[in-house]
Amino acid sequence: MTNLAIEASALTRTFGAFTAVDHISFDVTAGEVFGFLGANGAGKTTAIRMLIGLLHPSSGSARVAGYDVVRQTEQVKRSIGYMSQRFSLYEDLTPRENIRLYGGIYGLTRQQIRERTARMLDRLGFSGVGDTPVSSLPLGWRQKLAFSVALVHQPRIVFLDEPTSGVDPITRRQFWELIYEAASNGTTVLVTTHYMDEAEYCDRVSIMVAGRIAAMGTPAALKGGAGVESIDELFVRLARPGGAGEASGASGASEGSRTRGAGLVGPADGEQQ
Amino acid sequence: MNEVVGVESLVKRFGPTVALDGVSFEVGPGELFGVVGPDGGGKTTLFRILVSLLVPDSGRGTVLGLDVVRDFRTLRQRVGYMAGRFSLYPDLSVEENLTFFASVFGTTVAREYEQIRPIYSQLEPFKDRRAAALSGGMKQKLALCCALVHRPDILLLDEPTTGVDAVSRREFWDLLGSMKRGGLTTVVSTPYMDEATRCDRIALMHRGKLLGVDTPAGISAGFGRPLVAVHASDRYKALLALRAYEHAHSVYPFGEVMHYTDGRLDMPGDRIASDVEAFLNGRGFRDVAAAPLTPTVEDTFIARTASIPEPRTPNPGKNA
Amino acid sequence: MTSLRGLLRKEFFHIRRDKRTAAVLIALPVVQVMLFGYAIRTDVDHVRLAVVDPAPDADTISLRNRFTGSGVFRTIAVVPRIADLDPLFQSGAAQQAIVFDGRFGEDLHRGVSPKLLVITDATEPNTGSLLQSYAQAVVNQWAATGAGGLSGAGGASGGAKSISIVPQVRTRFNPTRESKNLFVPGLMAFVLTIISSLMTAISLTREKETGTMEALLVSPLRPWEIIVGKVTPYLVIGFVSVVAVLVEALLLFRVPLRGNVLLLLFEGALYILVSLSLGILISARTSSQRVAMMFALLGTMLPNILLSGFIFPLESMPTALQVVSYAVPGRWFVTIARGIMLKGIGLEYVWRETLFLAAMAAVLLAASVRSFKERLE
Repeated sequence: MTNLAIEASALTRTFGAFTAVDHISFDVTAGEVFGFLGANGAGKTTAIRMLIGLLHPSSGSARVAGYDVVRQTEQVKRSIGYMSQRFSLYEDLTPRENIRLYGGIYGLTRQQIRERTARMLDRLGFSGVGDTPVSSLPLGWRQKLAFSVALVHQPRIVFLDEPTSGVDPITRRQFWELIYEAASNGTTVLVTTHYMDEAEYCDRVSIMVAGRIAAMGTPAALKGGAGVESIDELFVRLARPGGAGEASGASGASEGSRTRGAGLVGPADGEQQ
Repeated sequence: MNEVVGVESLVKRFGPTVALDGVSFEVGPGELFGVVGPDGGGKTTLFRILVSLLVPDSGRGTVLGLDVVRDFRTLRQRVGYMAGRFSLYPDLSVEENLTFFASVFGTTVAREYEQIRPIYSQLEPFKDRRAAALSGGMKQKLALCCALVHRPDILLLDEPTTGVDAVSRREFWDLLGSMKRGGLTTVVSTPYMDEATRCDRIALMHRGKLLGVDTPAGISAGFGRPLVAVHASDRYKALLALRAYEHAHSVYPFGEVMHYTDGRLDMPGDRIASDVEAFLNGRGFRDVAAAPLTPTVEDTFIARTASIPEPRTPNPGKNA
Repeated sequence: MTSLRGLLRKEFFHIRRDKRTAAVLIALPVVQVMLFGYAIRTDVDHVRLAVVDPAPDADTISLRNRFTGSGVFRTIAVVPRIADLDPLFQSGAAQQAIVFDGRFGEDLHRGVSPKLLVITDATEPNTGSLLQSYAQAVVNQWAATGAGGLSGAGGASGGAKSISIVPQVRTRFNPTRESKNLFVPGLMAFVLTIISSLMTAISLTREKETGTMEALLVSPLRPWEIIVGKVTPYLVIGFVSVVAVLVEALLLFRVPLRGNVLLLLFEGALYILVSLSLGILISARTSSQRVAMMFALLGTMLPNILLSGFIFPLESMPTALQVVSYAVPGRWFVTIARGIMLKGIGLEYVWRETLFLAAMAAVLLAASVRSFKERLE
C-alpha cells in the first residue's frame, strides 16, 4: 500500500508544437506540503491540471490518491480539493450558501454540512459575515474562505494554484498557517506560487523551468547545495544559467560558491529531470 | 518647494469604498520613489489621479508643478505612464507599438533612439514579433520603452513588475536604476516588499492610507522593538507553542524561521533570543536557534498593519 | 442528487440577485411581441389615390366617391392626363391611380364594359397586390350595386347590373413584381448597418477593455482625433462593402439600377457614416464590449428589420410607429436606394432624405465627441 499521495512519471503535455510540460517525474508523500514553483508560463498550471484530471497528458502517467488520473478521473476528483487561481467561490452568494453548494456537490449530508459550516465560520472568525455576499468581503478573507471550502469534504489531497497572489503580508501568513493546520491533520497540500519566499514554508519544493523540473528537494538542501541564501536567488540561477547579470538582488547572495547551470538535487529525493 | 510630485490629503471614494483616505507625500527631483503595498491598497487609484485619469474627491495633487485636475492637458503631454496591466496593442509588433506611441507624441523612434537604447537594444531582436507573443518580462520592457520614447519629464509606473518572473523583475529594476542615473524622476508602485530596498524613498500603502514615507532604512529603523529570528524543528507546532509563550508580542512565519517580537520593550535582543531558545527547548523542540535580526520593510509593514482590524463589510446583507 | 439540487438552487439565487438580466429576459419578449404584432399588420389604409378623369360625369364621379367613401382610399389629386401621374408617383405622393379613358360613362350606358385602368406603385409587392385587390373590390362592389344606382334610374341601361367592369392593372416600377427588387436594397441597408455599427461599437470598448485606452488618454491626443481615427478606416472599409454589396445586387440578383450609380454610392457612404457614428456613440458611452455589442445589435437590427420598410411596409403601421421610423436611418436609406435603383430618380427627389441622413451623422458624431470620457470615470 503506497504512502504516496501523488506520483508523476514522465508526465508530458504538448499543445501542437509547443511542449508545456516535458517529462516530469516526482512523488509527494502523504501529509507533505509540497511547493510547485516556477515562473509564469513554466508549465505549473498545466501540470496541476493534468494531476487533477482537467487535462489529459500527452504521454506519461500520474496517480493521485492512488487513482490513475486518466482512467480513474472521477475517483481522483472526488478525493481531492482544488482552489484555483481565480476564485472558486460564487461572489453573489454568501459564505454559508457557498459551503452548502460545494458540500452538496461532494455528497455531504445536511447534518455534515451544518456542522462543518459552523466549524469553518468559527475557525475563520467569519461568524458575523456568514450571510453577506462574498463579493463584499475583503480579498484576504475570500482566499481563506475558498481554501476552507476546498477542504469541506475533507479530501486527502488539496491542490492550491497561486492562492496568495496580491494578498497582504499578514493575510498571506494566516493563509499559510491554515495550510500548516491542514497538513498537521494529515492532508497533503500541493501549492503553486510565484512568490519564491513562500517556498520556504514547504517541506519540499520543485522548481520548473521551461516545462522541466530543474531542481527538487527541501529548501534547506537546495539552498545549501547552490550556496545561496534564498530560493529566489536559486531560481535566478536556474532560469538564467551562466549568471543573471548583477547579483544585486535584495536577497544578498553570498560571494564565492556559485553553482552554474540547472540540475540541482536535494539529498533526500533523487528525482529530477 | 522644488518637488516634482506633491500630494496633499488626497481622498477618493468609489461608492462605499474609500480607496484613498487622506494621502500626502512629496517626491523630489531625480528620486526613485516606490509606493509599496499589497493589492487593494489604493496604489492604482493614486497613480490614476497623478496622471489625471481620475479626479480626487478632495485634496490636491501637483506633478511637475501642474495641477492634476486643472492642467491635465499639459500634464498628459509631459508624463511617461505605464498602466497597471499590459496596456499596449497585442496585435501590433514591438516596432509598430513603439512607432505608434512616438508618433502620438509628435516624434519618431529614430530621433529618440539614443534615449531608449539601453532598453530597446534588448527588444530589437524581436522587433517584428507581435506584442502578445512576448514573455511577461519583455512586455514590460516594451511598455517602459513606449513610456520613455517621448522623453517625459517624469515616469509614473503602476506595478510594472507584478506577475513577471523573478529574473525579469531584477532586470527591470536594474534598468530603472540606470535611468535614475540619468536624472529622471521615477515613481513606481509594487506589491513586492523586497523591491522596496531598490528605491531612494518609499511610501508604504495599506487600505488607502500611508503607513510611512521614508528611505527603506528609515522605515525599517522605525520598527520600534527588537526582532528575533527563531528556528525550530516542527515549524507549525513551534509556532503555536511560541504564540502561547507569556511574553510573546507577535510571532509570524517567515520562511524557515519565525520572526518574534517580545512584549518586554526594555529587554535587548540577544537576551530575548536566549529566553526564547530556553522556552522552546523546554517544550521539547529540537534544532532550536534564535538570534536578533535587522527588521526588513516587510516586518515593519506587518507590525504597522497588525493592529488595524479587518474592516466591517461596507454593505452587510445588501448586494447592490 | 443533492449536488444537482444544490446546483439548481444556486442558479435561482443568481437569477434572483441579478435583477437586470431577469428584467430583460421577461420584458424583452413582451416588447418584441408588441412591436412585431403591430408592425406586421398587412392591412392598408389611407391609400393615396390619384385620379385621371378627362371627362368627369356622374358615373365617374360616383365611382370616385365610392373609392373615397370606402375609408381605405384618399384622393390626393385629380389630373386630366396620364402623363401628369409621373411626378406624383415618383415623389411618392401617389400610391395608386385610377384612370378613366373619357368614354367611361358612354360605354356604361351603351352596355359595353367600360375600361378602368388601375395603376399601382408596386415598389412593395405586398402592398401592391393588396392595393390592387382593394381597388378591384371597390369597383366590383360599385358595379354590383348597380353602377351607383344612377344609370339604373330609368332602366335605360337595364342590363347594368349584369355588366362587370374589368380593371386593367398595371404595376409600375416593378413590373415583374419581383420581391427581390424590393428586398435587396433593403437587405443592403440592413447588412451595412449591422456591420458598421457593430465594428465601431466594439472598437472603442475593446481599447477600454484591453487597457490601451489609458495609454491613449495620457497623451496629447484629443477626443475628436481619437474618434476620427476610429471612424475613418471603417468608413473606407464600409465603402468597399457598399460597392461589393451593390455589385452583388446587380450581378447576382439582377436588381435593376435605373438611376445614377454615383449618387447611389454617395448615399451608401453617407449611410455608412451614420451607422459608424451610432456605433462610436455607443462605444463612447459603454466600457464593455459585450454591452456595446448588445446595444449595437439591438439599436440597429430590430429597428432595421421592423421599421425601415425593408420587410414590413411602413404604410401599414400605426402612426406612432411610423413616426418612430423617422429616427431609423435605415428607413431613409431604403427609400433612397429603392428610389434610385428601381424608380431611377435623382437627387431632386431624395434631397430631403439625404439631408436627414447627413444631419443624423452630424448629430451622432457631435454627441460622440461630447460624451467621450476623457477620464476613467
